Amino acid sequence: MTVILGQLFTGVSIGAVLLLIALGLALTFGQMNVINMAHGEFIMAGAYTTYVLQQTITDAGLSLLVALPVAFAVAGAMGVLLEWALIRRLYTRPLDTLLVTWGVSLMLQQLARDIFGAPNVQTKAPDILTESTSLGADLSIANSRLFILGLVLLAVAALTAALKFTPLGRRIRAVVQNRDLAAVSGIPTARVDRLTFFIGSGLAGVAGVALTLLGPIGPTMGTNIIIDAFLVVVVGGIGQLKGSVIVAFVLGMLQAMVEYLTTLSVAKVIVFIAIVAFLQWRPQGLFTLRTRSLA
Amino acid sequence: MLRFHRRRLAACSVALAAALAISACGSKTGESDSTGGVTADTSGDTVKVGLLNSLSGTMAISEVTVRDAIMLAVEEINAAGGVLGKKLAPVGEDGASDWPTFAEKAEKLIKVDRVAAVFGCWTSASRKAVKPVFEENKALLFYPVQYEGLEQSPYIFYTGATTNQQIVPGLDYLKAQGKKSVYLVGSDYVFPRTANKIIKAYAEANGLKVLGEDYAPLGSTEFGTIVNKVKASKAEAVFNTLNGDSNVAFFKEYKSAGLTAASMPVVSVSIAEEEVKSIGTQYLAGQLTAWNYYQTTTGAANDKFVKAYKAKFGADKPTSDPMEAAYVSVYLWKAMVEKAGSFDVEKVKGASNGVTFEAPEGLVTIDGATQHIHKTARIGKIGDDGLITEVWNSGGPVKPDPYLKGYPGASGLS
Amino acid sequence: MNPLTNLSPRVRAWLGFGLGAVVLFAAAPALLTDFRLSLLAKYLCFAIVAVGIGLAWGRGGLLTLGQGVFFGLGGYAMAMHLKLADAGEGNMPDFMELYGQLDELPAWWAPFANPVFALAATVLLPMLVAFGLGSLVFRRRVRGAYFAILSQALAAAMVILLIGQQGTTGGTNGLTDIEGFFGYDLDDPVNQRMVYFIIAGVLLALLALTRQLMHSRYGELLVAVRDSEERVRFLGYNPANVKLVAYVVAAGMAGLAGALFVPAVGIISPALIGIVPSIEFVIGVAVGGRAALLGPVLGAVAVAWAKTALSERFPGTWTYLQGAMFVLVVAFLPGGLASLWGLLKRRREATPPAPEVGERVLVKEVAA
Repeated sequence: MTVILGQLFTGVSIGAVLLLIALGLALTFGQMNVINMAHGEFIMAGAYTTYVLQQTITDAGLSLLVALPVAFAVAGAMGVLLEWALIRRLYTRPLDTLLVTWGVSLMLQQLARDIFGAPNVQTKAPDILTESTSLGADLSIANSRLFILGLVLLAVAALTAALKFTPLGRRIRAVVQNRDLAAVSGIPTARVDRLTFFIGSGLAGVAGVALTLLGPIGPTMGTNIIIDAFLVVVVGGIGQLKGSVIVAFVLGMLQAMVEYLTTLSVAKVIVFIAIVAFLQWRPQGLFTLRTRSLA
Repeated sequence: MLRFHRRRLAACSVALAAALAISACGSKTGESDSTGGVTADTSGDTVKVGLLNSLSGTMAISEVTVRDAIMLAVEEINAAGGVLGKKLAPVGEDGASDWPTFAEKAEKLIKVDRVAAVFGCWTSASRKAVKPVFEENKALLFYPVQYEGLEQSPYIFYTGATTNQQIVPGLDYLKAQGKKSVYLVGSDYVFPRTANKIIKAYAEANGLKVLGEDYAPLGSTEFGTIVNKVKASKAEAVFNTLNGDSNVAFFKEYKSAGLTAASMPVVSVSIAEEEVKSIGTQYLAGQLTAWNYYQTTTGAANDKFVKAYKAKFGADKPTSDPMEAAYVSVYLWKAMVEKAGSFDVEKVKGASNGVTFEAPEGLVTIDGATQHIHKTARIGKIGDDGLITEVWNSGGPVKPDPYLKGYPGASGLS
Repeated sequence: MNPLTNLSPRVRAWLGFGLGAVVLFAAAPALLTDFRLSLLAKYLCFAIVAVGIGLAWGRGGLLTLGQGVFFGLGGYAMAMHLKLADAGEGNMPDFMELYGQLDELPAWWAPFANPVFALAATVLLPMLVAFGLGSLVFRRRVRGAYFAILSQALAAAMVILLIGQQGTTGGTNGLTDIEGFFGYDLDDPVNQRMVYFIIAGVLLALLALTRQLMHSRYGELLVAVRDSEERVRFLGYNPANVKLVAYVVAAGMAGLAGALFVPAVGIISPALIGIVPSIEFVIGVAVGGRAALLGPVLGAVAVAWAKTALSERFPGTWTYLQGAMFVLVVAFLPGGLASLWGLLKRRREATPPAPEVGERVLVKEVAA
């Protein structure tokens, strides 16, 4: 029984990690339809930011807190640079963006290798985040996972509020729903695009900071997780946040349960089959944005 | 009309290909093979040696340090006058963590650069990919990483540990500590799967219980479920054959789940000083490793090696077992060439048996029959300073036994 | 100015194929060493995949990011047969005896001992999988980015599946150490050359087939689907079927390429199937020019050659150059290298002599 409960929480926390990685993509891919393969490298940039900050701020807890906004800014700035230099030329060719950003991701990985060295680097987590909270008997929950769950819920709430209630959020939604109409209404769509990209990439940086608590910090850390994140957004449905949120937790739960009964490899394959089957039922994802446009 | 022409065009090209193919038939399989391989170019003042490591891709995290160690050995040898009076000219190639690329680059080193020997490869998959290339061209590869055994290519020298020099001593140690049950965790590829087969055979013969066995895809960083299973099993120890990035995620999860070195120690066979540095001692302190060499190993040869390495690559760079094995492999090749008095591959191979080198890990000797080396097995404990200190050793070099013929419990493995 | 442009398309196609045959069958073997020729054989395998992608993506607009899967299916089918042939009648392949816990050959391996079955499977198996997946996905109008991500996920799932079954698939190692090719010893350079000729011949034949397909009524329909799927639907066609044909043909070509790759390189492994190689296939096509017939071929060979050449020259920094090449060509030269020729021509034509232009337009119209 305790094992089942433990697995339930594992499922939730896998979902939280998935969501954290996918949240930025839900903006850049979901709202702008840009397949940015370098998103994983923005996550890497966030993780390395934590590492660099720890070289000066030795207190682990403080450096982690400082790293969150700094990583947001660093990854966001990288995103804006990428958008300005390349992606804005490619909005009409979404699939070419994928190839171009993949080339960029290759270069960023090599850059990380040249700056920080090929081996992984280490960050120190505050002691409290390496321990676990006991819930009686044999059941305990890792504090790092609780922290990530809290962080992702906070990020989702902030993003939802920003999209709903701020003028910028209204503009973003207007551009997503009908770019031409937004442009004629006087919304500077190019600037909105850049801001959206800044926020989406910045969220990748935040995810990178959180991932230092769980996994390795190295040049290829981004590539391993990026496809899962794209799947979350695809299944969740483009143009909405709630789809990604639900799908991330459902997939996390599914993976945790199947993996417990079989193996990690089988779980991954079953999750993929479930996704294909699901898209048969709802080819546009869980939630779709209703528009009048054809195609 | 148009259509007819195109058809004919297609037919023509196929016919042309077929005609050329038939006219160019070579020897059938099983016929005596007279292709002699490529001889190394030793005519000049220098002799080329090949360095084949992944400098990009996922394996670069480990392989770059191995290449650094090989470079150090090459430079030291050159500074001391070279081999048979010739300086070594290293030719580096990037295997890019991709097995077919390893095969391509190996062939390039042998055929285009005509190197006298190649040093490198890390994963078993890359070694399996280049093995036919070296055998076909009758060229030498020195493979510096501990591996799963069950292999004995006439053109490969294995300077890392085989299973009876690492896995089996690790189990012996656990047994001596009175552990009655283990849980096996590994990456999903040939080394962990083979190692775990050996462990299960050993466990059966020695009254050890294996409570579970789990594999994660290479590069996987999600260990929530596996750690839950390990914890629920209440095993007395964990035998860990995870590789690379996965170790980081596994140990962070392990500590977070409240498991400690005191309550359930983990014996790892792929975590050396370099990995300790990237995982962090806050997660690793007190855990065990099984290797043949640690940076803290005592002896004049090691003092010299560590000092030279740090002087060249930085004081914060640790030395580790695979690096040491790679460093040693260059010196062993040098000793073999000097004993043979020639760079000729067959003569070098012929001279290999009994060649010794005073290595940082202690005296190593080549076993000519298996082309592996006699190595001392060492169990180490990871300290708070990130260094690993020896807690047990095999007392002297262990004879390599890649097919575990001397271990009755392991019969039927190969 | 350029006498070639005055010739009819039919004659130009003849000349093109003739030139291709001379380069591949006479010039390359005469000029290249055995080692470089075997590398060229490998590149040509990638070029065969690229021809299929050119059809499905360049003409059909399907970004097939999972071609590695079909390449792998073909490659494994061929390698399984060759491993069984190497082992000899009644024996198990070496790796199974080494790593598997099996007492006898698994049932799904057994049919591959038959050369006819194995050869057919190299093409039909990928086509079957593509048909299954394609008919599900296209019918439900999953497209564009969705289709791209889905095909990537398929590649990832396939790799995990193969690696997980080490006892019967060779796991991460893949199937290596393949010695013979239908009775011929692959160590012999003469036989390696034979393999090269077969690959070159297959490539030329597939190019002819693809040209035929592109110029047919179906080819027109495919382009129409790419450019406006809804309008094609309104005309009474089912775009799903049109796309399916292109997808299945491309899968078959990838399978054949995988099958030929095995004797050329002597290995097939999950490393050739996953997301990275699948993207690399597409990159070659993008660099060469996706919509032209020869663009994908030249691009695939150029990218593979550049990878070899750059990594030999600059082992530490070649990934920068490779990445930069992808970025620059795809972002700033959407038509790929094939469009350079057209760009240069237009530039030349833009400058003087005016009278000839009218003439050429007339000729072009007649030719069309």
